[in-house]
Amino acid sequence: MLNFVVRRLLAILPVLLAVSLLTFLIASLLPGDLAFVILGDQATPENVAALRRDMGLDQPLWWRYLSWLGHVLQGDLGRSFRTGQTVLQAVAERIPVSLQLMLMAEFIGLLIGVPVAIACAARAGGAFDRFMTGSAFAMLSMPSFLMAILLIYLFAVELHWLPATGYVPFTEEPLANLRFFVLPALTLALAEWPGIMRVLRSDMIATLQEDYIALAKAKGLKPSRILFVHALKPSSLTLVTVTGINIGRLLGGTLIVESIFALPGIGRLLVGAIYTRDLVILQGVVLLVACGFVIVNFIVDMLYAVLDPRIRHGHA
Amino acid sequence: MPLLTIEDVAVELPTPRGNLRAVDHVDLSLEAGRTLGIVGESGCGKTMLSRAVLQLLPRKAKLTGRVMFDGQDLVRLDRESLRQLRGRDLAVVFQDPMTSLNPVLTIGTQLMETIQEHLELDASAAKARSIELLAAVGIPAPEQRLAQYPHQCSGGMRQRIAIAIALSCEPKLLIADEPTTALDVTIQAQILDLLAREQQRRHMAMIIITHDLGVVAGRADEVAVMYAGRVVERAPTPALFKRMHMPYTEALLAAIPKLEITPHTPLPAISGRPPDPTRPLQGCSFAPRCRYATGHCREAKPGLKGAERPDHLYACFHPIRMAEGIGA
Repeated sequence: MLNFVVRRLLAILPVLLAVSLLTFLIASLLPGDLAFVILGDQATPENVAALRRDMGLDQPLWWRYLSWLGHVLQGDLGRSFRTGQTVLQAVAERIPVSLQLMLMAEFIGLLIGVPVAIACAARAGGAFDRFMTGSAFAMLSMPSFLMAILLIYLFAVELHWLPATGYVPFTEEPLANLRFFVLPALTLALAEWPGIMRVLRSDMIATLQEDYIALAKAKGLKPSRILFVHALKPSSLTLVTVTGINIGRLLGGTLIVESIFALPGIGRLLVGAIYTRDLVILQGVVLLVACGFVIVNFIVDMLYAVLDPRIRHGHA
Repeated sequence: MPLLTIEDVAVELPTPRGNLRAVDHVDLSLEAGRTLGIVGESGCGKTMLSRAVLQLLPRKAKLTGRVMFDGQDLVRLDRESLRQLRGRDLAVVFQDPMTSLNPVLTIGTQLMETIQEHLELDASAAKARSIELLAAVGIPAPEQRLAQYPHQCSGGMRQRIAIAIALSCEPKLLIADEPTTALDVTIQAQILDLLAREQQRRHMAMIIITHDLGVVAGRADEVAVMYAGRVVERAPTPALFKRMHMPYTEALLAAIPKLEITPHTPLPAISGRPPDPTRPLQGCSFAPRCRYATGHCREAKPGLKGAERPDHLYACFHPIRMAEGIGA
């Protein structure tokens, strides 16, 4: 098992390196000179040349990459030239919002998707299965901004149950915080559950054809034990992958949902950085989010081993 | 009264080409503590018949007839009573131990869950019983095995574990569906001997399903030969091997390779193929492949009846008589 963990850890090092290189290149190759952007109307040729020298922009690209990477490895991702905040400060401020949104959305998505998938697979081809598969397809094809608007209209405007937009930290007012998060999390979850449901449903249907399920029935086990213990675990590998990808994606914030519901998360930090051409923030945030994605996928790999002993013992 | 009586059981499976007759009106019975061998080539309906007894047919399959087990008709039994019966009184060992054990659950879990489902035992008593069972089926260091997963055991070991699971609640009837087909030849005899020994010791009834007449010789009290969904010959094992009457049984026995034949001799394989089970069948199902068949065989269906002895039944108009018997 330890061997397995070390092997996977070594495998993600080159990935992280490639991520850093790509992030750096994207930011560096954007058209326009950063010095002009920063100086604005004070961009005399002398000022520009001086600033370029100060920022190292006159150095060759590979040198700039190595020196940036050196700083990153020491935990220094740079500082916004607009707000003076370091990247880490800015991210640390925003990440709780995106993290909470991600957790709540995934939780609700799984809460809907998993039971529906099991119920559908248990009676595949039945009326419930056909209805839910159809509904999932409809939900999947609905864009999130439309879902957000519909939910706001129903729960905030018509029913007055929940606030439409806004945010307070959980530490200040837990209940109000949760109320602010329900609609955005639901918007995301309603887009997540169809995917969760479809992969788990088809894996469950395949598993239920296995000999060991027939034997479990022949052993006289209760149907609930057959479904949840014998069938769910071997069927959940793809589900874990999909959930991992979803979590990784939501970790980087959700531009549209955070903007609609006015949540100060990573997504809005990114949008802001793009509008103001705050390349240091942009580059740093993209790097951190990409690293988060890689780490989540590493955890998914570890979960495979927990779920399937054959992977743990190197048999598969 | 017999423990198990199969009365006029027929199984039809819907297919795109029409309904497939998997089991074509079969009658069989089995006394407590006895062994019945069901022999036939692949696709003859022997597995479907066993699944009909276990009530584990595919959902779309149509089953008619009665399966009387221990005084109850399994076909009409409600789901909950059936569930309580399975695993406790009615157990099964499947063909392939590589696929019949759950790969993500430990051997201990798979054994103990059956015991705890049907017997009033707490976890430690169930564990003790599991260790006892594994030892009984010949697994060394049974205590360590409990924490292992199926992929950590060899095929023979896995089949022993599957047998331990089947035996765990002292069933009245054990159905072994080709229990050795997926195993190495060297292991096959061991597994068959283990089954026979446990069957004697626990005084349970057993059905051995196989395509190999050699497997049932000397191990089954009675043999039923199936062809195209029908039972075509049925007799006490010694009587069958002494005088088989049905040409199909003879052909099945002739197809087993023997040691004394010279190398490179082609095996006397049965030519042709079984009839299409989706088409209606007139006459004897074996007639197109039978070298004794006459026009009568293709027009009328021979009934299963006994001529010389009441317990030796065969469905044939031109039964063969073998002068010298073959030792069973």
